[in-house]
Amino acid sequence: MIPTNPDLECRDLIKDFDTFRAVDHIRFDVPKGSFFSILGPSGCGKTTLLRMIAGFQTPSSGDLLIKGRSMIGVPPNKRPVSMVFQHLALFPTMNIGDNVGFGLRQRGVSRSEIKTRVSKVLERVGLPNVAERRVDQLSGGQKQRVAIARCMVLEPDVLLLDEPLGALDLKLREHMKVELKALQAAFDTTFVYITHDQSEALVMSDNIAVMNNGRFEQIGTPHDVYNAPETAFVAGFVGDANKITARVSSAKDGVLTLSADGESDIRVAAQNSGFHVGQLLQVYLRPEAIELLPNGAEADKASNVSHGIVDAVLFNGANSMVTVKAEGGVLWKVALPQTGGFSSLQKGDAIRTRWHPAQARCYQAAEG
Amino acid sequence: MSSDTSRLGLYLLLAPIFLWLTVLIILPHVGLFIVSISEKVGPRDYDTGFANYAAFFTEPLYWRTFARTTIMSVLATVLTLILGFPIAYYIAKLTKGRAKTTLFLMCMIPFWVSELVRTFGWMILLRETGVFSNLLQYLGLVTGPVEMLYNDAAIMVGLVYTSILFMVVPLVTTLDSLDDSLIEAGYDLGGTNTSIMREIVIPHAMPGIVSGCIVVFMLSLGNYLTPILLGGKDSLWFTGMIYTQFITRFNWELGSAFGFLLLALSSLVVFLGLKVSGQSLSNTMGRS
Amino acid sequence: MIPSIPQPVFTRFCYRVYVAVFFIYLALPLAVVCVFAFNDSVFPSLPWEGFTLAWFFGTDAPFIGVFNERSIMRSIGTSAFVAIWVSGLSVAVGTSNAFLFARHEFRGKALLYMLMLLPLIIPGVILGISILVFSSSVANTLEDATGLWFDGLRPGLMLVILGQFSFITTFATLVISARLQKFDPSLEEAALNLGASKWGAIRQITIPFLLPAILASAVVAMLMSFENFNTTLMLVGSESPLTITMFDKLKQGSTPVLNAVSLLLMAASAILGLLSLLFQNKKS
Repeated sequence: MIPTNPDLECRDLIKDFDTFRAVDHIRFDVPKGSFFSILGPSGCGKTTLLRMIAGFQTPSSGDLLIKGRSMIGVPPNKRPVSMVFQHLALFPTMNIGDNVGFGLRQRGVSRSEIKTRVSKVLERVGLPNVAERRVDQLSGGQKQRVAIARCMVLEPDVLLLDEPLGALDLKLREHMKVELKALQAAFDTTFVYITHDQSEALVMSDNIAVMNNGRFEQIGTPHDVYNAPETAFVAGFVGDANKITARVSSAKDGVLTLSADGESDIRVAAQNSGFHVGQLLQVYLRPEAIELLPNGAEADKASNVSHGIVDAVLFNGANSMVTVKAEGGVLWKVALPQTGGFSSLQKGDAIRTRWHPAQARCYQAAEG
Repeated sequence: MSSDTSRLGLYLLLAPIFLWLTVLIILPHVGLFIVSISEKVGPRDYDTGFANYAAFFTEPLYWRTFARTTIMSVLATVLTLILGFPIAYYIAKLTKGRAKTTLFLMCMIPFWVSELVRTFGWMILLRETGVFSNLLQYLGLVTGPVEMLYNDAAIMVGLVYTSILFMVVPLVTTLDSLDDSLIEAGYDLGGTNTSIMREIVIPHAMPGIVSGCIVVFMLSLGNYLTPILLGGKDSLWFTGMIYTQFITRFNWELGSAFGFLLLALSSLVVFLGLKVSGQSLSNTMGRS
Repeated sequence: MIPSIPQPVFTRFCYRVYVAVFFIYLALPLAVVCVFAFNDSVFPSLPWEGFTLAWFFGTDAPFIGVFNERSIMRSIGTSAFVAIWVSGLSVAVGTSNAFLFARHEFRGKALLYMLMLLPLIIPGVILGISILVFSSSVANTLEDATGLWFDGLRPGLMLVILGQFSFITTFATLVISARLQKFDPSLEEAALNLGASKWGAIRQITIPFLLPAILASAVVAMLMSFENFNTTLMLVGSESPLTITMFDKLKQGSTPVLNAVSLLLMAASAILGLLSLLFQNKKS
């Protein structure tokens, strides 16, 4: 891997509004040709951040560089970034060809050249021969691709995407995720994508930044963010998790023993965590990290094993789950493998669950 | 049984609208046309013919006044559009919430005040002994009183003032419906103020521009008070000519012909405007 | 050009100045009319001779105030009489029209709707002369046939009322129709289902729902009638409404009495306008 200048670089970016700070000391860089997602709940400041990159908001302080050049004070129409808007913002008064050619016309490109470049880019997004159509004659997915083509025809350094899949129905959204990733690879352009949908971010991105309350909680690969969340917020926001609060009762050999109210003691691995006895912790455990034990299976000593009663079976194809009420009364969400074996599971069945201490993530909880 | 009562209900509801439209709109206009093609040959003795229309075309004063009224109305419409568009844009795109409502309501104020009062206000401002004349003298810019009333510019000021509301309101409505992200997208793709105005904002505002222009043109064409009071006796406005024929000269036949010509022109403009913009009368007028 | 697009400070400043100048242009004529109603001078013009209420309450010539000027008081009464008739008639017909267009399907409905909109595009002067010509010829015919007099069909208040009614009804129809279209017919069906009669359902459910629109259009109709000039001018007889009286006085040369009337008129309009806004707000 050759180290190159990042395409986009944010240095200590801050945006204050009258009553609150929308973006708080954000710093990150996006390497050339990568797909970078900013994932966060609505109101976390991700849209403000994106609009600052596009030039529709001015940062209160900090710097923003594209290909090493500062963008502070550069108006949006002079920045080498293009944006796909949330509702796409295709111009309804123009046909598709004029929409895609808009940016080239602003640059004073000759008419014939515009025509060839527009038809070339439309072909690349898989929509040849739509140039004469009106915007409202296209389907949702086609509009999406036109919006991307309209930006890509300008060969921007960075393409910004503001939750463009939000308005689509579920099926189409699943399809467009794959397609967007493929388009990004084909154009080999840096994409910065914001979304509140974790699955969009996980599927498409090279890197994800998880944002909350104006700050980045974690930047990492989808794998890191999912499997090694650095903060409680990330653990709770990305993916599904069981969440219990428990107090450290002993610590030995990097394994903490925790006790929760009415629950049998649980053990979690916490190497070099610095947690001490008596501290209140929040434990996050993925449903798929918990195993259902078939009758008669041996339980190994290292794992947490507990007995419980099936509370409900939530069948949802590959994402099926059961909730198991443990002896102590805690409800555990457990992934239900569809490989057979548990297909006859019913509400009220007695069952054992097992999980390895290394699977859980612990964070300090607020006392009280 | 139920369909019988509903049938009865329909007839009961049809009666007033038929009475209204037939007696007060359709028959009077048919009557107006019939009178306009009558020629007086003796006391209470009439022939049918187009002599009144012929008189209009042969007497230069008549058709020149007609042409002048039309041209001035077109001019007033264009001026109103040019002056009103930035205001509508400001209200629709650059203000929000309470400020927007306030400015919008302020634009409506002239509508709530009688045209006579508004025109009277302009007379106080513009006449020889008026506020502007005094102000200019006070500032030492002129030595004697200046008469700013009784000229075409004064008429124009009054016409624009009277009709600007009918331009601003439809424009604000259409510009409001223009999504900000379209303008942002235009900038993002490298557009400049001018190119975005030309390629995005104005095409979007076209329905509002057309309906505003139609209404303003109609109002200017049919205006009587403003040209008479601000333009003086020789303002040569076509409605004034109709009034003269009817009330002063008592030549109803010629007056009717004039009225019909004015009606034809105004209908033609409405028709062409709707054709050009591809809208229907119900869409354009039903809103206001 | 929208807040999120940075613009040079100077451009923004110029734009603001233009908007400010525009609103001054809107307010200026109305402001001078009001101010000169209090000028202690026989002409509504500078110089300022001091503050007086004589143009409202004065009794001695030449300072005869509005309230003591008989011709003006009488024409205010005439205007009010006309306005009430026009408002009542046009709201009644407008409500009926709204029900017709919202509830019934019949052949020629689109055509009838277009005819209903027609008065909007006929210049007021033409509307006036056409009704004048038509009613006069009807009167002539009737008088020739019967030998009786039909004064109601000659220029006068009756024709003024009909003339104003002929186009104000369109406005009333549009306002009430807009409200009726928002009405959920299942409410009426629910009332029928609970045992109400057809008319009872309309009276107890639909009419109360329409009431804000009916009141608002009544107020607007009254205002339009009060302010109307073009149509009225052609149809007026010996008794003239306020705008005509003011026009005649204005042509003869104005005194601040006209300013005082105008001020009262504006105040009345403002009150009525606020009332109609209040009704409109209740709608939502």
